[in-house]
Amino acid sequence: MSGHSTYEPKNGFSRWLDARLPVGRLVWDSFVDYPTPRNLNYWWTFGGILSLCLAVQLITGIVLAMHYTPSAATAFNSVEHIMRDVNYGWLLRYMHANGASMFFIAVYIHMLRGVYYGSYKSPREVLWILGCVIYLLMMATAFMGYVLPWGQMSFHGAVVITNLLGAFPVVGDAITTLLWGGFAVDEPTLKRFFSLHYLLPFMIAGVVILHVWALHVVGQNNPTGVEPKSKADTLPFTPYATVKDGFAMSLFVILFATFVFYLPDALGHADNYIPANPLVTPSHIVPEWYFLPFYAILRAIPDKLMGVLAMFGAIACIFALPWLDTSKVKSMRYRPQARLYFFIFLVACVILGFCGAKLPDDQVIPGLETFQLLDSKLNSWVWLSRVATLYYFAYFLLVMPLLGLFEKPLPTPETISSPVLGGDKKD
Amino acid sequence: MAHTAVDATNPAAGDDPSRRDFIHIAALTAAAGGGLAAIWPFVAQMNPSADTLALASVEYDLTKIEPAQQVTINWRGKPLFIRNRTPEQIAAAVKDDHAALRDPQTDAERHKEGKAQWLVLVGSCTHLGCVPTVGGGEYGGWFCPCHGSHYDTSGRIRKGPAPKNLAVPDYAFLSDTKVKIG
Repeated sequence: MSGHSTYEPKNGFSRWLDARLPVGRLVWDSFVDYPTPRNLNYWWTFGGILSLCLAVQLITGIVLAMHYTPSAATAFNSVEHIMRDVNYGWLLRYMHANGASMFFIAVYIHMLRGVYYGSYKSPREVLWILGCVIYLLMMATAFMGYVLPWGQMSFHGAVVITNLLGAFPVVGDAITTLLWGGFAVDEPTLKRFFSLHYLLPFMIAGVVILHVWALHVVGQNNPTGVEPKSKADTLPFTPYATVKDGFAMSLFVILFATFVFYLPDALGHADNYIPANPLVTPSHIVPEWYFLPFYAILRAIPDKLMGVLAMFGAIACIFALPWLDTSKVKSMRYRPQARLYFFIFLVACVILGFCGAKLPDDQVIPGLETFQLLDSKLNSWVWLSRVATLYYFAYFLLVMPLLGLFEKPLPTPETISSPVLGGDKKD
Repeated sequence: MAHTAVDATNPAAGDDPSRRDFIHIAALTAAAGGGLAAIWPFVAQMNPSADTLALASVEYDLTKIEPAQQVTINWRGKPLFIRNRTPEQIAAAVKDDHAALRDPQTDAERHKEGKAQWLVLVGSCTHLGCVPTVGGGEYGGWFCPCHGSHYDTSGRIRKGPAPKNLAVPDYAFLSDTKVKIG
């Protein structure tokens, strides 16, 4: 996309290096001279923010691993040792634990921005799939990281999630035994989770490189969804995007610091400060907030195998998005009906998040008595999560394919620069 | 066939397709077989190790359990329930032998003959492995707090997402007051 390289080595050494390993040229072409659409808004700064999150998690994680011991007998105590005895250990651990939440906040915004502006559409399908792979790796990493402190929520969270795979007929039990390295979640499970928790972030970093590479081949999408056509449509990455990304990162770091210093345990669960006890399950077991919508989908379905399939299906829908959406218009700015369904989808996801955190049979509206519908009262979280689950799948499997065929989109601008510079549309 | 390899007058002889194919297939087969053989130990190491397998049985003295009481012990890293059932609880379980059960079993199939009082069960919910609480739920057996499965006083699944009854492990009475599990 960047076309002809404008890199000019400034001194003897960089000329010498450029002829041997043109790494300076790569950086210049990718992050300095790289043309970005001139109309990118702040929703486009989350890619940079996510790189920052990955860097923070890697650095704090490597340091924490110097003080942590992956053993059922000592894991919990070593985390307390980090919190109480290691110099600034509390800061490093709180950065790492809250950093995971920040990472997910940023990735969800990044993904939803992609959905709203149609960033997954041709020619960006591979870019989107790579992003989905990163998201999947993030979920695996976060889950295994949550197990490491070996508290009550760690342990029983691991029990519930690994048992999901036991739902598959015939091979289920063999898979869970293989995963556990025993007859239950135990010492071998903790050790392999630690090893993989250390490995996966580097795999994420590898896929991030592919993701950025794919991005730089096809170029960035932009709020109009119209591809850049001339030099008037783009601006160089530096200083325009670098400064904008830097400013957004600064704001994001303020949010991050607010959690680390003032609300360090707000996103966690108090029960995880009780050492793991395989003989007692906490009375209310919930995953971390970023998994709650999927957990609600799992619980919405009364059959074990179907529940598990629905949960994996919910993630598969995200992967299939480029082929589910039939609309040729990328940006929902010109798709008023798509916008409506998109915002209902957002609400459905938030509702699923709430449902995942509640006991299924509790009342949604306190005190309102309703009739029994199949296995539960109508006024219950489980029925609300069923309605939201239905919408979640309908959005991907009905709205996305059909809307593109029947809707009447608004006219899209000829070029990016015409609404920005020409003023034919207020923006 | 041998003469074709040295037949210099025929330029195509060295490219005999069947010989080339044989080499390709042989090489690929060896690589695939070798690859699988190399992967095998890396997968197999994940299964339970010998010392984990060796710790697979426990003994328990039943005199410690009062009527209507349940003890939870650790067996293979999982909770194991040993419940001393009252006559009412046994009667309730037997009465439901022919009710509509998701995983049909009679109460008699779930305890040792003549030992209806003692119920020995793996204390892992058959849904996703949480530990059900004793005495809870609509059937007075167990209730799983994680996803709301109800078990009756025989440990059979009656309501909720779990697909199967609480598992009965392999166990034996060593004497009237001692059981060996596993």
